[in-house]
Amino acid sequence: MSEEIKSTKVMDLKGLPCPMPILKVNKGIKEVEIGQVIEVWSTDPGSLSDFPSWARTRGHEILKTDQNGEVTKFYIKRLV
Amino acid sequence: MQNVEAKIEALQSQITAMEKKIPSNKISMIVFSGDMDKVLAAFVIATGAVAMGMEVVMFFTFWGTPILRDKTKKTGGKDTMGKMFGAMLPKGTCEVKLSKMNMGGMGTAMMKSLMKKKNVASLEQMMKMAEEFGVQIFVCEMSMDLMGFKREEMIDYSGMSYCGVATFLEQANDSKIQLFI
Repeated sequence: MSEEIKSTKVMDLKGLPCPMPILKVNKGIKEVEIGQVIEVWSTDPGSLSDFPSWARTRGHEILKTDQNGEVTKFYIKRLV
Repeated sequence: MQNVEAKIEALQSQITAMEKKIPSNKISMIVFSGDMDKVLAAFVIATGAVAMGMEVVMFFTFWGTPILRDKTKKTGGKDTMGKMFGAMLPKGTCEVKLSKMNMGGMGTAMMKSLMKKKNVASLEQMMKMAEEFGVQIFVCEMSMDLMGFKREEMIDYSGMSYCGVATFLEQANDSKIQLFI
């Protein structure tokens, strides 16, 4: 059931408020190949809504969202 | 048969005409205000829009214009009114104030220190990022002239040019989103 997601790159964006997480992620995803996954750590509560909006608009896929206390981990697959 | 061919041709030209009417994935903003909070919001939207895959153009006019002045640059040859405006209006980002709760500068200073504490990007940082992201800035020529600003006293920003209302309207007409801030 709990399949391990293999991420190519980890981005620690803890402590960064809007709009930085989305700007950084947009840059970071271009640094992996199509099909690879980035793991993003964010403490910005807005990210919970912003990352899905960004992913839908840019055509990427959020495989998993792990909320653990203040930190949320997003696993985003580069699709385009 | 000839009739069908003619119809196809007519349809094709209609499609071409319609394609021209579809706006680009672009956002056009008018930055009219010269308040720190409002201009910061404009740059947050601008940089965010780039992340969302949009092209961004910003038009600075009236009170937005002095924000693009460079504090370190000096110009001569201004008339009395130009000198007055030059002295009274903020010289660049470091002199802009909050639109509310400025309280003689105390509110703005408090907000700036709070922003630093909370890691919120400053206006200067946002502008630098916008430049890096290729956000285009247009400056209203009429405002420049009215307030007596010279091009030599404006900041160095790649992708900054001077224009009039038609340039904005052409861009706005080709944009999905238009904002007035």
